[in-house]
Amino acid sequence: MRIYATYNIKGGVGKTTTAVNLAYLAAAESGLRAVLWDLDPQGAASFMFRVKPKVKGGGKALIRGSRSLDDAIKGTDFDNLDLIPADFTYRNMDLLLDSAGGGGSASAAPGGKPARKLSKLLAPLAAEYDAVFLDCPPSISLVSENVLHAADVIVVPLIPTTLSVRTLDQLTEFVSGFNGHRPDVLAFFSMVDRRKKLHREITDNLSSERAEVAATTIPALSMIEKMSVERSPVTVFAPRSSAARAYRALWTELRSRGD
Amino acid sequence: MTPGLAGFVVFGDDAPAWTEVIAEVQAALDQGFVVVPDRGGAAGGAARRTWFDTFDWRLYRAGLILEYVAARRGGELRLTSAHPSHSADSAPEAWEITQPVSGWQSSRPQLPPGLPDGPVADRVAGLVWPRALLPAVTVSSTATVSRLLNEDGKTVARLLIEQPHLAASQRAALPPRLTITEVRGYPGQARRAARIVALTRGVLPASETVFIDALHAVGRRPGDYTNKVDAPITATMIAAEAAAIIMLRLLDIIEANVTGVLHDTDTEFLHDLRVAVRRTRSALKLFGDALTLPAAGRARLTDDDVARFAAEFKWVGDLTTPTRDLDVHLLGFEETAQTLRAAKPDDLEPFRGYLAQRRVKEFRALARGLRSPRFTQLVQDWRAALTKIAKSKRTGKGAATGRSGQPQPRPADTAITLAADRTRRAFNKVVKRGTAITPASPHESLHDLRKRCKELRYALEFFAPLHDPAEYGKVVGDLKRLQDCLGEFQDNEVQIDEIRTLATAMLAAGEAPAVTLLAMGEVTAGLASHQAAARADFERRFAAFAGADGQRRMSVLLGGGGER
Repeated sequence: MRIYATYNIKGGVGKTTTAVNLAYLAAAESGLRAVLWDLDPQGAASFMFRVKPKVKGGGKALIRGSRSLDDAIKGTDFDNLDLIPADFTYRNMDLLLDSAGGGGSASAAPGGKPARKLSKLLAPLAAEYDAVFLDCPPSISLVSENVLHAADVIVVPLIPTTLSVRTLDQLTEFVSGFNGHRPDVLAFFSMVDRRKKLHREITDNLSSERAEVAATTIPALSMIEKMSVERSPVTVFAPRSSAARAYRALWTELRSRGD
Repeated sequence: MTPGLAGFVVFGDDAPAWTEVIAEVQAALDQGFVVVPDRGGAAGGAARRTWFDTFDWRLYRAGLILEYVAARRGGELRLTSAHPSHSADSAPEAWEITQPVSGWQSSRPQLPPGLPDGPVADRVAGLVWPRALLPAVTVSSTATVSRLLNEDGKTVARLLIEQPHLAASQRAALPPRLTITEVRGYPGQARRAARIVALTRGVLPASETVFIDALHAVGRRPGDYTNKVDAPITATMIAAEAAAIIMLRLLDIIEANVTGVLHDTDTEFLHDLRVAVRRTRSALKLFGDALTLPAAGRARLTDDDVARFAAEFKWVGDLTTPTRDLDVHLLGFEETAQTLRAAKPDDLEPFRGYLAQRRVKEFRALARGLRSPRFTQLVQDWRAALTKIAKSKRTGKGAATGRSGQPQPRPADTAITLAADRTRRAFNKVVKRGTAITPASPHESLHDLRKRCKELRYALEFFAPLHDPAEYGKVVGDLKRLQDCLGEFQDNEVQIDEIRTLATAMLAAGEAPAVTLLAMGEVTAGLASHQAAARADFERRFAAFAGADGQRRMSVLLGGGGER
């Protein structure tokens, strides 16, 4: 089982659309048994798959283990693709993870027990799934630290700005400090507008200079925004569109690097 | 899509009636869900499936179902447990193993060594060997899938409509099948959909699979062949009628196997045919006289008829012996070759080649015999004679009449008395011959005892429906262990003799390399050692069966028998 996490400290950079499309491609085109966990209390990924953002017992039951992840899984409309829905209680997940890990300053230390709780919860899914996609909320928190520890690959959508490069540097530095398992980082430029000179310069330069930046870029396209209207992956409702082609290329590049 | 939660079958006389019912189901579901076609679903489309099993249903009896699903390129073998999980709460959970295959010819028998490597072959090869997998029935079907949506437009269940029909010459349509499948996390919605379907007029819960329905449509059922006698006799039946019914059942087995023998589909057709012939001969010897008893209103045979049929069945038995003996050598060849210590397994290859060559020749003679007018006439005459006896009703002189007005046989003429008398006689013979055997007795005395034991075993099996199952099990268990010991003793001796004869013949034909003769010598030494071990075990086995406890068990069985 390979765990992919879409992560960025910033919101509105295309994490959810990326998670939704990659998870669909993994299931429908690569034939993998895939599950997407919508960790964002806003529930955008759940909305895209028309699943109610509700988990019985909330995040507390899942984190404490009184309800197994297995119980929370919902089938999507697509073969081989399941979803663990968001729940509004996920907004308190930091606290839940901390208390589940024993709390206290010692356990809350970087890389400590609470930071690895998510890994433990995901482990049983290996019997049933080939790929897990984690759609993370935008933050730096114990949740994101958990995600970074659990993931095999961190997929980082970046808006082509100077600041975004700094964000990537901070992330790679943070991950390189992990003891033991360290996830691969694959960043890619999202919402790229080739008409803008700055976008062109940054995407062209960084893609060639930095190994962890993908050659594939996802353009800013209205078809991607339409996903929330269609409530479906763009690869489903517009499979031949340039948006679908771009996500397909990203998935191919992602697999060629890690698998 | 998860496996079917609930399966239904549409009933009605014809296709138009079925179409009407399906339309009603869809209309009913429309009331509770938004129903849309699922065009991209994997379960839809056309499919062609052929189910395979051995002639004696080894897979089905082991709780397995094997099907080949044809695809545009290659195909797939699917092995499933025969008990769908939704059939009963207590049923074991259903499982499925699949294996992609290419070049599989679904109309042909498949012998286990020819199965393509994979998980399905691994699971079934040992179970079916040495039998061939035969196509039982082929069904083509078209399936359409509809998605059932909730108010958010989310798929919460699916409706699968499958329209199967028999493939090949029959082309007969089978009743359509409707299946509601659950989407994970929405069990309540699937149950609701299933309730709606169940309440629609013209729909019944599917009690059988497509496979079983298709078999029924071609006049078959799973397990419709067994080499067990299991004749439908009762304790109060007239003895002659019971005897005829038992022998008719044996004739059914003989006839059922003739085609398989002639096509040389697998070695066990001949084995079963041969056993049924041997049983027939034993039955004639044990109670052939019952067929000759005079009684008004009842057909009967003369003593000469019985003697003629006995002689003819001996001819059939003898006809089968050479080929079967060679089959036994060839079937056990690998195992034998692995036991060699001094010689190498490859040293025996010329011997294998010689055996195979001999078998071709002997099989030709066997096939000629089974295709001959003599065999055809024997089978026809035997069936006609037995059918007359089995169907005739005893009336008039010598027959008592019961309260119902039905003729009642005298106790002395009933199946139960015949069973007790003839089984007792056979048992006494075994006890007498076996008791006389000492460590100094010649081999022939053990061979003779083996034949008497076979007769006794057959007598027990013929009349098994009349015995108490628990007592029967005890007696047969001890007898079987004694027979195994005697069989081991004699089979090894026969094989040693045969190998010697074959070695001489190979030498004469210039087909016996020295290493092969040495290896054959080593094989006979191994057989002699097994034979000696069996001989050493004889006294213990015989005492367990025919000692005081064994005699008491037999008395209980024959004295306390009652109709089941």
